[in-house]
Formats: sequence, C-alpha cells, structure tokens
Amino acid sequence: MSAVTTARSGARAATPATGLGRRMRLGTMDAFTMTRRELLIWFRVPAYIFFTIIQPIMFVLLFRYVFGGAIPVPNSTYVDFLMPGIIAQSAAFASFGTAIALARQIQKGVIDRFRSMPIARSAVLAGRLLSDSLRLTLTVLVILGVGYAVGFRFHNGVGPAILMLVLGIALGVVVCCISAYVGLAIRDEESVGSFGLVWLFPLTFVSSAFVPVAKMPGWLQAFANNQPVTIVIDEMRALALGGPLALHAWQSAVWLVGILVVFVPLAVRAYRRV
Amino acid sequence: MQDDAAILVEDLHKSFGDVQALNGVDLRVGRGTVLGVLGPNGAGKTTVVRILTTLLNPDRGRALVEGRDVVREAATVREIIGLAGQSTAIQEELTGRENLEIVGRLYHLDKPAARRRASQLLDQFELSTASDRPAKTYSGGMLRRLDLAASLVAKPAVLFLDEPTTGLDPRSRIGMWEIIRTLVAEGTTLFLTTQYLDEADELADEIVVIDHGKVIASGTAETLKDRVGGNVVEFVLPDRSRLADAAGAVAALADAEPSTEPDTGRVAVRVGSRGSDALVQAVRNLDSAGIEVDGLALRRPSLDDVFMALTGHAAETEEPVGGKRGRKRRGRAAQPAEQAPTQGGPR
Repeated sequence: MSAVTTARSGARAATPATGLGRRMRLGTMDAFTMTRRELLIWFRVPAYIFFTIIQPIMFVLLFRYVFGGAIPVPNSTYVDFLMPGIIAQSAAFASFGTAIALARQIQKGVIDRFRSMPIARSAVLAGRLLSDSLRLTLTVLVILGVGYAVGFRFHNGVGPAILMLVLGIALGVVVCCISAYVGLAIRDEESVGSFGLVWLFPLTFVSSAFVPVAKMPGWLQAFANNQPVTIVIDEMRALALGGPLALHAWQSAVWLVGILVVFVPLAVRAYRRV
Repeated sequence: MQDDAAILVEDLHKSFGDVQALNGVDLRVGRGTVLGVLGPNGAGKTTVVRILTTLLNPDRGRALVEGRDVVREAATVREIIGLAGQSTAIQEELTGRENLEIVGRLYHLDKPAARRRASQLLDQFELSTASDRPAKTYSGGMLRRLDLAASLVAKPAVLFLDEPTTGLDPRSRIGMWEIIRTLVAEGTTLFLTTQYLDEADELADEIVVIDHGKVIASGTAETLKDRVGGNVVEFVLPDRSRLADAAGAVAALADAEPSTEPDTGRVAVRVGSRGSDALVQAVRNLDSAGIEVDGLALRRPSLDDVFMALTGHAAETEEPVGGKRGRKRRGRAAQPAEQAPTQGGPR
C-alpha cells in the first residue's frame, strides 16, 4: 500500500482537505474544465457548427425574403419586426443541443464516469450550461450581423440595443435549463430530439416571433399572448425599436426567474439520479 | 481482519421496482488481489459495481472500499477508485491526448502534470502514435485501452473493470489481459466482472459466481472447474426422436448423466479431464448405434457449464433491468470466436 500511496501523491497536485473555500475553488475549476471540454467537442464537429450558425442564418434569409413580403406588420418594416423574434427563436432552439448532448452522455455512460470521479456534483451541469450559453451568444451575434446586412436597424439607442441582446440570450439560457431537465429525465437521444420539436416549435412559432399575434385565430391568440416567449419578444422589440417597456419588462423577469426556480432544481435532482 | 480488505461488502440489497437486483451479496477482496465476478447479463454484477463506485445507493447492507463507506464517505471513495468497462470517459471527437488531459484536470492535476500523465499513459498503452488523432478513428481495442488509461490517470488504489473485454475481438482481448496483468503486478486491487470463465481464469485470484443477485459459488478457478466437471463433448442431433438413444450411446463416457435439450437436439456429456480420446469414443459409439450427428465437438467448460453445474439451469441472457439503462448492448452472442468449440473428430 505504501508504494501506491507514494505514487498517488506524486500524481495528485492538490492535497485533500475540506473547507468551503477550497471546495468552491475546485468546483469552479471543474466547471471550467467541463466548459472547455464541451466547447472543444463543439468546435470539432462540423454538424454542430452548422446548427449553431448556418441554420439560424437560413432562417433569417427565409423569413426576410420568402415569407416577409406576405406578412404585413403594423408601424414597422418586416425586417425590423422580425429580428428580435428570430434572435429569441434561435436562442431557444440552441437548447436542443443541451438536451441531446446530456442524453447521449447518459447513454454512453460518460455521466456515470464523471459521477465516479472526485469532481463537484454541479460541474457537469454548470459546464454544459456555460458552454451552451457561449454557443448561443455566438449564434445571436451572427444573426444580428446577418440582420444588419439585410436591412435591420436598432431605432432606440445603444443601451436598449445591448439590453435586447442580453434578454434574448437570457431567454436562451433559461430554455437550456428546461432542456437540460428534459435530456436528463428522458435519457434517450432520439426521443429527446423528437420531444424537443414537440415543445419548442409551438413555444417559438405560436408567439409574436414571426407574425403579429393579432392575425391568429382568437383561441390561439389566448395562448400566444400569454406565453413567455411572446412576452420576452415583445419586450425585446420595445427595446430595439422603441415603445413602452415597463409592463413586459417585469413580466419577462418574472417568467425567466420563475422558470429557473422550477427547472434548475429539477435538473439537478435528475442529474443526481442518473 | 478487516484492515487488509480493499473491498468489503456485507449483505447488500438493491431492488429496482419489483426486480430484486441484489439479494444479500457478501464479498471480500484482499488488498492487491483480483476478484473475478462471473455471471450472466442481469445477474447483478453491474449493480454491485455501481454501488461500490458510489453511483447507486444500496437499499440495505454496507460496502467499504479501503475501509471507507461508499455511501457516507462517497467523496473520499471517489478519490481512490478507478472505473472502466461498460461506461466510457472518452469523447470520440477529441484526440486521445485531449481526453486524458481533461480527465487529469478533472482529478485536479495542474496543467503540466496532466500533460505529463497523459503522455505517460499513452506510452504505456501503446497509443502514442495515435495520440493526436480523434478517438473516433481508433479501433475497438484502442478505445478500450484509452478508456482504461483514463480510469488510471489518478493512479487509483482500487480499480473496477465492468466487463472490460465484452465485444472485443480475440486479439484485442488478449492485449487487454496483458495490460490488466501488468496493473495487478503493480499492486492495484482489481474488481473485475465478466461473462467469460476463461477471462476470470486468466486474471482472477478468486472468483465469485453471481446469479439472480446472489453469490452462488466462490473459490479459485480450479475449484470451480472441478465442480463443473472439466471438458464437455457436445453434439446436435438432426433427428430429435433419437435423443434418448444418443444419450444412452455416450453415457459410458460420462462422469454424470449426459444432459439433453429436446428443443434443440443438443446433447452434452461431461468427460472430466479426458480429451480427444473421449471424442473418438463418442464417434464410435454413436456410429455403431447408427445415430447421425451434427457439430460434434470437444470444448472447455464455459460459463454455461458452470451455471448448469451450480444451478441446474443455463446462464440466462435476459436483458438486465434497472441500474444499467440498456447501456449494455452486447449479449452472450458476442462471445469471442476463440471460445468456439474445439473441432475434433476421426479422419
């Protein structure tokens, strides 16, 4: 045993000791290692880059030039109306990756291995969400650039413009938390993929993202007007184009924080049970 | 007595819903020794591994690794164990080196130390030339070696290998055995689960056989083989109606009653330490009785024989429930080709 102990201490840089400070430092380190790992993987797979960058660009062009001409919007050009919506929709769709990656890692036993290692319990989820947030931020910035190229302009100054982007990214991160729970709870890559379509499509398309809600049938308006994606997009639009901010601001905040309060604990619990 | 046990398991129970996966398992593994845990799919092997590696809490009983309780001192246990086999720490998009360096960082090695350890392991496992290629370009055997390397980054005192060679081709399998033997020679305690008797025979100091969540036998490979009754002469009858005649014709060879399977027409005769002479005699007896046979063969005792001898039923291949989540894709069908019956017969 003494030989093993010597060898082990040679390989281990840090000496075991408890204490909240040390645990938090190591936990942060673990989360960053995980983030780096996930970003490195993302960078290696052309298909992931396609879904993160090319697909959102195609959506922008599709709606701007194919559908846009047929959709009249009040008090604005369609491209100005569209961009806040499509930023929010793309940010939300980025969460597909969160659920699918977690389900795949469970299936392959990667999560098991991490759980058998002396790393912070929170590190896998934190690294996942942090890398996904960086990824969707990139998506949002790319879309914004393309939007500018096809005629979109902010009409309300720099401060609100930045706030709009932050709000879009925040929506994406919150939806990633829901997706993390879905991925950990369902655990099967294909089922997670199909289930993602079932809830993400209605949530983003039956909203004010692409068309004014007033053009939908009444029963659908009831849903579209009161669901969080519409509320967040309306606030983003007010920030980008000008208009009353207050009402949708606090509603957005309540929704986003509310979803986090429910789904973060659910995801953590599902992770512990894997 | 307890202080020289690397692993101590007492009265372990675990159920998943209605399925009783473990039904009172006791185990003891001496420090620096190898325990081979033998059993079919669904016997509870993986559940024991998952409890010992802190992935699953038992319903009842306790388990200690190096004297640490796997439930109450889980964090400490994780510092001293390594796990490889059915799960994988390898992300195939990353190179072998990146995979090992990241695992090193997760064990809190600093960057230069993680890099050194990765190079060392890549050398040791003969992966140096492939170290900067994405792992998805690796062969099955290389991936298993890389994964095993990942489990050794922190030089664990106790290593758990859950079916480390299931699904590998015979050559990779023997390569894994050599690596595992080197580790054991360096003093690592090894907890090895397997479906293959020859694997346990090759690597384990002691073997326990698990069935339906219970230890049904334990001892060295030799003791188990003695209980099995050594070599087996086996053949299949195209004409099932002559099963009884065939059994009668070869009864003289056997230490015990020949076993027959009416469904498949298979007849098996245990012949102890006798080899091809038993085969020749079987051919003569069957020929003089005018019985036609297919696939007459002499083979070494397999897990099926161990089970037949110990439980009176064949090793079942039902899919495991709970604790595994269908991660295990390969059943006994993947039994390596080198275990195929030793063909023999008169010419």
